[in-house]
Amino acid sequence: MSATQTHGHAAEHHDDHGPAKGITRWLTTTNHKDIGTMYLVFSLVMFLVGGSMALVVRAELFMPGMQLVDPGFFNTMTTVHALIMVFGAVMPATVGLANWMIPLQVGAPDMALPRMNNFSFWLLVAAFSLLILSLFMPGGGPAAGWTLYPPLVLQTGDALPLAIFAIHLAGASSIMGAINIIVTIMNMRAPGMTLLKMPLFTWTWLITAYLLIAVMPVFAGAVTMLLTDHFFGTTFFAAAGGGDPVLYQHIFWFFGHPEVYIMILPAFGIVSEIIPTFSRKPLFGYDAMVYATASIAFLSFIVWAHHMFTVGMPLAGEMFFMLSTMLIAVPTGVKVFNWTATMWRGSLSFETPMLFALAFLFLFTIGGFSGLMMAIAPVDFQYHDTYFIVAHFHYVLVPGAVFAIMAGVYYWLPKWTGHMYDTKLANLHFWSSAIFVNVLFFPQHFLGLAGMPRRIPDYSTQFADWNMVSSIGAFGFGLSQLLFVYVIWKCAKGGQKASAEVWDGARVHGLEWTVPSPAPYHTFDEAPVVK
Amino acid sequence: MKMVKRAFVAAMALVGASSPAMAAWSDLNLRVGVTELSREIHSLHMLILWICVAIAVAVFGVMIYSIATFRKSKGAVPANFDHNTKAEIVWTVIPVVILVAMAVPAAKTLVKIDDTRGSELTVKVTGYQWKWQYEYVDQGVSFFSTLARTSDEARQLDSGIAPESVENYLLEVDNPLVVPQGKKVRVLITANDVIHAWWVPDFGIKKDAIPGYINEMWFRADEPGVYRGQCAELCGRDHGFMPVVVEVKTQAEFDAWLEAQKAARQASATPAAQTAAIVTPVNQLAAVRVANAE
Repeated sequence: MSATQTHGHAAEHHDDHGPAKGITRWLTTTNHKDIGTMYLVFSLVMFLVGGSMALVVRAELFMPGMQLVDPGFFNTMTTVHALIMVFGAVMPATVGLANWMIPLQVGAPDMALPRMNNFSFWLLVAAFSLLILSLFMPGGGPAAGWTLYPPLVLQTGDALPLAIFAIHLAGASSIMGAINIIVTIMNMRAPGMTLLKMPLFTWTWLITAYLLIAVMPVFAGAVTMLLTDHFFGTTFFAAAGGGDPVLYQHIFWFFGHPEVYIMILPAFGIVSEIIPTFSRKPLFGYDAMVYATASIAFLSFIVWAHHMFTVGMPLAGEMFFMLSTMLIAVPTGVKVFNWTATMWRGSLSFETPMLFALAFLFLFTIGGFSGLMMAIAPVDFQYHDTYFIVAHFHYVLVPGAVFAIMAGVYYWLPKWTGHMYDTKLANLHFWSSAIFVNVLFFPQHFLGLAGMPRRIPDYSTQFADWNMVSSIGAFGFGLSQLLFVYVIWKCAKGGQKASAEVWDGARVHGLEWTVPSPAPYHTFDEAPVVK
Repeated sequence: MKMVKRAFVAAMALVGASSPAMAAWSDLNLRVGVTELSREIHSLHMLILWICVAIAVAVFGVMIYSIATFRKSKGAVPANFDHNTKAEIVWTVIPVVILVAMAVPAAKTLVKIDDTRGSELTVKVTGYQWKWQYEYVDQGVSFFSTLARTSDEARQLDSGIAPESVENYLLEVDNPLVVPQGKKVRVLITANDVIHAWWVPDFGIKKDAIPGYINEMWFRADEPGVYRGQCAELCGRDHGFMPVVVEVKTQAEFDAWLEAQKAARQASATPAAQTAAIVTPVNQLAAVRVANAE
């Protein structure tokens, strides 16, 4: 231990002028920009892998009858698609943006704990190598749904321990990332930057980081109990041994509901950065936005059982979780109204980041409406576990979280690469994504209301038409993302030089627009002063 | 009289011709169903849907107006305000009022769903991988209900059988649950292996079938008919292939059916009948095979 520390101190004197050469740069880097880039590239790869699995699902569902895959493999695809998208694509993407942008936004030279930063990234690579390896185990990959409900999940073959260790590693990685973000924000803000002067993206991430620290250990505990139930003869979740299968669901959703906000709060932050910039107007109701974010985070801890209205809770329980869930509509509404008021009497222009942010505003709100409908417990008895639910959470996650992440990528890409992206191709990417995402997910509302359960590989012929439309949308959306990869690659290679400010008048919206583009390897060696 | 009859038939045919379009439209929304609960749930659903639509029209209207009007390309000059306490209070309070207005009828319906007292028939439903067992608790009748053979053959990978050629593809079983019309039926739900969920959309509610738990729900079906649903909780490989079919009969028909079940049960208690009970399904199986081969 002491040897490592000595070595670390010695190294410090050498590597503060530029990156190391070759692969060593990426393996051993402690630079927040390098690590941010690695997180973002990793999440893009995972987005494509998880997306391909979704396409296997949509291809099988293109028409009634089983044409392509075995029902067991179909379940593996839905399960692993969700695990990869949640833990491998959306979360690492927001962590990548946090790594890149939080030090730049608060005027810090780097993250507070740079070596832990490197470790938390590489743990994630290990985690997803294990998860993908689990697909090739005897008995097939995990196939019990991403929620891993017992007793079903205990029927998994050799994939079970691999998937659980993958979750442990990804969880440890998330906790380290969260600690790093909190320490950075609390200790490394530039002089004069009080908490209520921080950019909204930094604020939402600060709150997200607390959520992560609060709930990732709970999830780790739940899956560890699965592990001991399976291998060491405990019966936490087995009724025959005095355990309780519903206990798992309570623990899981105590993690799972805050997890939803872990994915969406940073997205709120990104949109709160972009709309003011392209409205050329300060964010409306900054304080209210911060407090709304904090109240959403608080409420996220007391609504979990709305995912379980059909397990047979007592009436009082159903009533409580229905009412607490409905309350979330209030702070979420405040956010939507504030974004709208930010645009009101502004001077709007529609660059790619703004287009994505506006699509977020409309489509996330649609997901919010279906969420409100599902909060009503008696009606949820009809919606629960149907495609209506699938439509809802994909609306808040794809044109919600993922569009906000893409908006953030286009917004900050010129700052990262020093080049403007190809505007025409980027706008094409926006329009094809925005159209196909609706073709893909909107019909799923109809399917759910008409009675199609989720997680089924084949369906009755009355569901055929909308499934076909949805599958066409899926392939259109999937192919559009190849354009995204190309636009990023092209922008990294070259293009029109970007100025420090990048966007007309952006300077007043954050410290990141005061450093040159591309941002030098080391920024804010001397802390800027914020008035 | 004959004229009237003919006109009626023609009118029915006309309705019949336009029915595909009608069916397509009704497929977009939640079904009204055939129980008091399903109708109440449907009207709650419509209430909330219309509230959401009204809010959407207002909010999206303001967004679209802003996008259309305050454009830099039209020379819009940005204002500089960044908050307005009055507006912020208004748009916090109004949603709270709307939520209360939604919560009251929702809570009433929830209480009604929870009230299983005064039932006239109790059926115990047990989920298995991948079939249902139905037990008439006080009548001593029980049987299993599995996916119909025609659907099961068509749903095999590359079966070569078009799903469209199978009647009620994936929504047909060998032995449906039979219940009397207009009677409050209490359903006790549990499972033998993993968690399942028993759901008939036309009855309005679903409940999880959990090993070690006995959950309760109730329904009172107003119209005789056949109602179809599916397992609604992922339960493994064949989760998509364990439908729920409920036949609602008039009380007299139900009683006759129940007597026949009891008689069959008694007959099968004698050794000779037991052999017959095994032989008969085997013969039926052979008959189905022959039919399919043809």
